[in-house]
Order: sequence, then structure tokens, then C-alpha cells
Amino acid sequence: MSDFAVIGKPIPKLDAIDKATGRVKYIQDIKLDGMLYGKILYSRYPHARIVKIDISKAKALPGVRAVITGEDVPPKMKLGFYKDNPPIKTGKVCSYRDEVAAVAATDLETAEKAISLIEVTYEALPGVFDPEEAMRKDAPLIHEKHRSNILKLPWKLHYGDVEAARNEAAFVVEDRYSCTWVTHCCMGTSGAIADFDYANNLTIQTNTQIPSLAQKDFLEALKAMGLTEKRVRVIKPCIGGGFGSKLDTYAYEHIAILLAWHTRKPVKIMFDREEEFKATSTRQPAIMNIAQGCDADGKLLFRDISMILDNGAYTSWGATTPSVMMMPITTLYRVPNVRFKAQCVYTNNTYAQAMRGYGNPQATFAIESSIETLARKAGIDSAEFRRINANQSGDVSPQKFRITSCGLNECIDRVQTQLDSNTSKEKGVGVGMASLIHVGGGARIYKSDGCGAIIKLDDFGKAVVFTGATDIGQGADNIVNQIVAEELGLLTQDVHVVHTDTDVCPWDVGAHASRTTFVAGNAALGAARKIKGQLTELAARVLESKPANICLRERVASDKTNSKKSIPIDKLLRKAHFSAGGQMLSSEYFYDPDNENMGKDFRGNLSMTYAFGAHGVRVRVDVETGKVKVLDYVAAHDVGRAINPLLLEGQVYGGVMMGIGYALTEQVICEKGEIMNPNFRDYKVLTAKDAVPITAPVIETIDADGPFGAKGIGEPGCVPTAPAIANAIYDAIGVRIKDLPITPEKVLTAIKERDEA
Amino acid sequence: MTRKISYIFNGNATETEIEDHLTLLELIRDRLGQTGSKEGCGSGECGACTVIVDDQAVNACLYLAAEIDGKTVQTIEGLANPNGTLHPLQTAFIEHGGIQCGFCSPGMIMSSKALLDENPNPTEDEIKHALAGNMCRCTGYVQIFDSVKAVSAQDEQEIKAVAWKETQ
Ligand code: FES
Ligand code: FES
Repeated sequence: MSDFAVIGKPIPKLDAIDKATGRVKYIQDIKLDGMLYGKILYSRYPHARIVKIDISKAKALPGVRAVITGEDVPPKMKLGFYKDNPPIKTGKVCSYRDEVAAVAATDLETAEKAISLIEVTYEALPGVFDPEEAMRKDAPLIHEKHRSNILKLPWKLHYGDVEAARNEAAFVVEDRYSCTWVTHCCMGTSGAIADFDYANNLTIQTNTQIPSLAQKDFLEALKAMGLTEKRVRVIKPCIGGGFGSKLDTYAYEHIAILLAWHTRKPVKIMFDREEEFKATSTRQPAIMNIAQGCDADGKLLFRDISMILDNGAYTSWGATTPSVMMMPITTLYRVPNVRFKAQCVYTNNTYAQAMRGYGNPQATFAIESSIETLARKAGIDSAEFRRINANQSGDVSPQKFRITSCGLNECIDRVQTQLDSNTSKEKGVGVGMASLIHVGGGARIYKSDGCGAIIKLDDFGKAVVFTGATDIGQGADNIVNQIVAEELGLLTQDVHVVHTDTDVCPWDVGAHASRTTFVAGNAALGAARKIKGQLTELAARVLESKPANICLRERVASDKTNSKKSIPIDKLLRKAHFSAGGQMLSSEYFYDPDNENMGKDFRGNLSMTYAFGAHGVRVRVDVETGKVKVLDYVAAHDVGRAINPLLLEGQVYGGVMMGIGYALTEQVICEKGEIMNPNFRDYKVLTAKDAVPITAPVIETIDADGPFGAKGIGEPGCVPTAPAIANAIYDAIGVRIKDLPITPEKVLTAIKERDEA
Repeated sequence: MTRKISYIFNGNATETEIEDHLTLLELIRDRLGQTGSKEGCGSGECGACTVIVDDQAVNACLYLAAEIDGKTVQTIEGLANPNGTLHPLQTAFIEHGGIQCGFCSPGMIMSSKALLDENPNPTEDEIKHALAGNMCRCTGYVQIFDSVKAVSAQDEQEIKAVAWKETQ
């Protein structure tokens, strides 16, 4: 048993008490004095020329304070890493979610009324809604300036020799898989309040997972508006769910800034649910062709994947998901020869963003469905097939990922044991498995993968930690708290974590890539170690001992060699403060992991460590209705160390449920660019009625670089869910569904096709 | 049209002048300034706005404020005992991981309260049924069920003893 006082304990989420009593403030709940309400007018066409916009009636409506169109947006104000998306469009619209105008008014009703009074004359243009069609030479161009609908992004790699390996392979399988749009469905919808002071500095309260990068985006926006040398302060209210949706800045935030600037008043833009469905981004859809082959013993020889990604009309992080797809493609199992190519194509559809797993769920759906098919073709039990090819500590993958701690085999064993133990040969029941790899020790996508932490101690033995980390409900606050409390010999209730304000919190690249526990955890640990050094020195002086002999635990500093010598930490702190040359303890630390940006050939150790896992599921398929019922689910994860098992399990359960929805029920129905199901009646998020029994075995591999041995676990829960379920369906009824979600209709069609064949 | 309604709000006799079309959620959030009850959809599909009207869990976003005239309304803010003691469900949701982002939590807790008041020892199926209208995107419901079960396992008397009603 470990000898920790705080680490490894199921400490409830720190803000749960305020959430359970209705006290926390989400953006929905915040009102500023004199605040105006902003509203956005969206396009009525998926692709059209804007001939004329008449705002005169809207402007004349009492209570309206500003009406803006694309003409009021400075030309340099553009969104997304590709900078192809102005916050309000001029000239033409390229999707239904294109912003055409916006208003600010004294109340929401007036703002809505004003929006309805804006008259826009469009001239419809032919649209293109299928990425493969959009690739054709004669396809309508989404952005004429770009001269092609294919984005110039370099997603292409080839390690080893795939053709030669293919010729050598004893067994080869080849298939086409696809997955459509799904969306985050954060229970708290998006919103922002922008406010300028009289020196033209901006304070923006917004739902973001990237406070520091958002601050940079907004600074650039101010610069485009001619406001140079200004300050931007980003305040995060309590966030009602993230899941990747808040990894980029959106048009509505920029529009709130513009409206606040035009009116000199705080302006709030708040999405309703329909707007949330229509105007926020989705997970990246993908068409995936995959071939894999193995030798007669089941050793994987090659993996060859090409993808077409529907980019939608504008470019956000969805277009960069191939950079993370590469991870499972090159490194899930040992596979010496790998080829991958992805093309992102403009269409007149909605555009995608980051979403839990960042491309990994899509790629893993293809890989693990294909692995199962290959194992069966080779006549090898599929769990055994996975073990034969499992990654091992010490491996360096073709992409030069260095595998340090690795519990993949243990995860596979745990899953297999649980599935076997419930074996029933009932008709229509089947089991399936799928594994995963994910970044578990940061991910150097940006130039820095760092996070800062500042700690100050007061006279009462309490610590305040200012962290760059962002809590979106996952428990970033707890992890930082527990690490600092453990290191300083304090209790959880002695450590307050501040993570909401760029004015006081240090830099962080963002709550992405399951990196917060590892990176923000190491930053907090670094800062805590510095203070601990000072504390032990103080204690040694007071107790007339040596720093090396001082132990800090449960609010007391004591001498390990002499149990009589001890002093409460708060008293020690007061002694230091209120004596000659008074000293108050504080420290700061910036942790930037020693991982690597990927090079030109995409090689480089993206993460300090990798998280592994295996999922298993038992399903019953009703061949009459095509309905799939998940009977039980096991999700085993190598987490390094569970800093907080309660919250860790919560991440896994939530991830798995989201993954089951991805596999079976969820889809944004987008017809000719129009979202047909922008509500929870028609977009099927799983409810309590659909809840399934999930067990979440935790494999602790105590990673050498992780804080107290921990790795990230935010995303893995939803990575291999869909293929595990698809594999179980195959096991149950012998049909393979290659397109997500696996709806009853698809199951029935597949059964029919099989029976006819 | 406006009218005056009288009702008990979280234990306090209250009178408000309202328009006919005002929803209960608008009354609670915008007029009374109690923002604990959330709007997740505004159309009866997510349960984030759940409050209890005369022992019934209702979606406040669909419920007309006019209809609470003469009735008793309880929201998340009125669940803990005024002396600061949390309702056992609040404690259970906190301790069992039933709360992550927390946006669904006020509604989820109020639905659970209505369930347990009526049926102190629900089966798992009864819990699922009672919470079917309360969506949660974070937890996968597992720890929410754990939370409700933790309370239902307790003695009924004990639950009643700290429910705010009993202390009036
Ligand atoms: S807000 Fe009332 S049910 Fe969703
Ligand atoms: S805790 Fe986030 S929606 Fe339930």
C-alpha cells in the first residue's frame, strides 16, 4: 500500500458542493450592469452571394443599440488556424451557419426582433455537400481564392515499405469505414460577455478550454480593430461541459467583442440549444480506407490508410485531427510498415472541431474493426491476436514514439477475463473488444506544451494555487489540489485552487490531449517542491534538525528521527512571517514536458508517455428490429496512477457512454448543408434509461515522468468504444457495420444483404 | 395580460406580478434571481430546469408561472436546511461523483428528490425511469445512480428528518 495521505483518495470534486446547492455561476447566470444582449443572423442558404443587406428597420427599432454586418468587421479579423473564417461574412455565404449580421439591444426579445427585421437579398449558388464530389475538378468552389476545394494540408506519411510488406503478408484485409458528424452536446450552451474599459482594454467572460490561446486570439482581434498595445483579460465562469468544443475561439465571441466596442457597453451573446446545434462545431467526419496484413503467425506487417475528411466551409481544429489519428495509425500495436494520407475537403457543410479523442475515435474505429476482421481471417482468437501485437515498454514506434510505461497487455487480460466469465451462448448475443493508445503525457502540437503554477502560503497554513489548468468538470482543480496538498503535508481543504482568470493564472496551452493531469499536475508538483524546500528548511531550523529529516504530513512538520520534535505547519509559517527579516512563502514553476514537435515526416515523440486501454462489450442484437442492446461493458485503462479514483472512474464512465452514443445513436443529420435535428428529441444523446453497467478496472503502471506516476485519462474512455461494439455485433450476428452510427436500419440492411449473398 | 400570483417559494410566502406567457423558469431565474435551476434546452427535453411543484418534479421551462398560483415551489436553492445542513441527496451526489460539470445537477437532484419522497427505496429500473428526462453528458449516469442509491439505502426517517419541509 502506498503511504500517501491525499494522493489516491476518492476526494469529491472541490466545487461539487457549490454545484449541488445551485451556487456556482455559469455564463448563463451572469449579468453585468448596463449589459446589452447580442444576437446573430445566420445565412438562409448553404451557398449564396449576398446581394444586399438592409439593416434600416432593425436599426430603427427602439432598444437596438448596434447593428453590424461584415462591413463592420476589420478585414484582418479571421478565425481558425487557417484564417479562412471572418466572424461576419461579406460577399458570399458558404454554409447555413454563416454569420451575416448581428445586433445588440437592451433586452433579448428586442435583439431577436431586430434580427428578424434585417433584410438580406441572396443569389443562390450551387452547393457541394459530399467531400468526394467536392474534390472533382468541376465542383463549385467554396473559396474561389483557394482555387481548389482540397486544403493544402500535409497529412501524408510512409514508414517502411507498405507495398513490399503487403506482398509478403499471409493475410490481408481491406475495407472502407466511415463516420458522420456528432456533436459535444455540452449541457451548458455557449456564451460570452465582452466588455471594454475606457482605456480600451477588453475583459471577456467566456466558456473556453484554452484561456491563454483565446487571449492571444482576442488580442489579435483587437489589433485588427486598430487597438494595439491593449490588454485582454479572459475570465472563465464555471463551464457546463467542454469535450473539446471550446478549443478554438468562435465567431460569437468575436461578434460580442465588436458589439461591445460599437456600443461601449458589456454585450452578452448566449446560445440557445438550437443555435448550439447549428452554430457550434462537430467531431470531424471521415471516410477511411484501410488495409492491414499479418504473417501466418498473426504478426502485423503493415497498415495502409487513406482518408477523406469533410472540412465543411471553414477550417478549425477538425482539419488537424489527422495529426492525432497518426498516433493509433502508426503506434496502436507494433506495426513496422505504415502509410497514411488524409485529405481535407471544403464543402458547404458545417465545419468540425476538436472533440474528445481528437480524431482517435474515428481512426480507432477503422483500425480495430479491421484488426478483428484480420484476426478472424488468420484464424487467431482476436484477444490473442492483440496480445501478439501489443506494444511493450521500451518500444520505439515507426513514428518515433517512445513507449515508456505500458499496460496494454494487462488491460487486454482484464477485459478478456471479464467477458469470458459471463459467457453465455445465447443466440444474438456477442462479445467484442478493442484497444486504444492515446497521448498520456502532454502532446506537443503547439510550440509550447507547458503549464504554469503559482503557490502562496498564508499565516494559517492554507495554500492558494494559481494554475493554468482549465476545469471543465473533469476535475483539474482536484488533481492540482491533491498534488499540492500531498507534497506540502496539507489537507485537501487547506488548498484552494484558482483557475479562472488570465490576470492571475499562469499560461497553459489548454485543456486538450488529456494533458491536464500530467502537465498541470507536474507544474503544480514543481511549484510545491520549491515551497517544500523552504518549509523543510524552516522546520529544520526551528526543530533544530536537518531538512532531510523533516517530514510534512497532515498539517504537521516533524522530525523523522525524533518523534518529539514537531510543529504545526501554520505555526511554522507564522514564525517565519513574524520574525526579523520576515518571510512569506510562495513559489512558481513552469513545466514544459520534454516531448517533441513532430518533424516534417511527422516523426517525433509527441508525448512524454502514452495511455493504453482495452474495452470489451457484450451486446444483444435483435435481428427482427435491428436494435442493439449493450448488456455489459468493461473499460480497462493504464492510467499510470489514479490520483483520484472517484473522478477517474467518472471520466471513464462518461467517456464510455459518449462512445456508446457515437457507436449507436448519435448523428447530426445534415441534409444539403442543413442541420435537420437541432434538438435533443431528434439528436439522440443516451439518457438514464439507456445507461449500461460499466466496470472500469484501473491498471497502475506508475509512469516515471507522471506526477506521482499519473497519466492522462480524459479522452481514452470514448476512443475504442465504437469498434468494440461493432466487433460484438459481428460476433453476435455475423454482419459487419462499417458506418457510424450503427442504427437499427443499418443492421437490418446488413442482415438482408448477408442473407441475399 | 398580467396577473398577481401567490405561492410558497422555497418555504417563503411570495407574491409576484407576472405576464401570462411567463414560464416558471423565467420567473425563477429572471424575476426571483435564483439561477440554480438551469436551462439546457428550453423545450422539455433535458431536465436541467427541473423543480418541484407540490411534490411533483416538473420542467420549469415548459410550466407556466401562472399555474403555480396557490402552490408550493421548491428549487435547488431551497433543498438544504436553512441551518446549512445539506439534504442527503446533495451530500450523496457530492460524495459519489454524481457531479462533474454540474450543469445537470440541480435538475438531477430535484428529480431524485421527487422520486425518493414518493418511493424511498426505488429499484435501479425505477431510478432510471425517474431520471430518464434528465440528461447528463458528463457522468454516463453510473455515479448518479450510485448517489441516488446511497440515499435510498438509508432509513426513510433519516431522509425526512433533514428535508427542509420537516423543519418548517
Ligand atoms: S431546459 Fe427545461 S427541459 Fe431542458
Ligand atoms: S455533470 Fe455535466 S451534464 Fe451532468
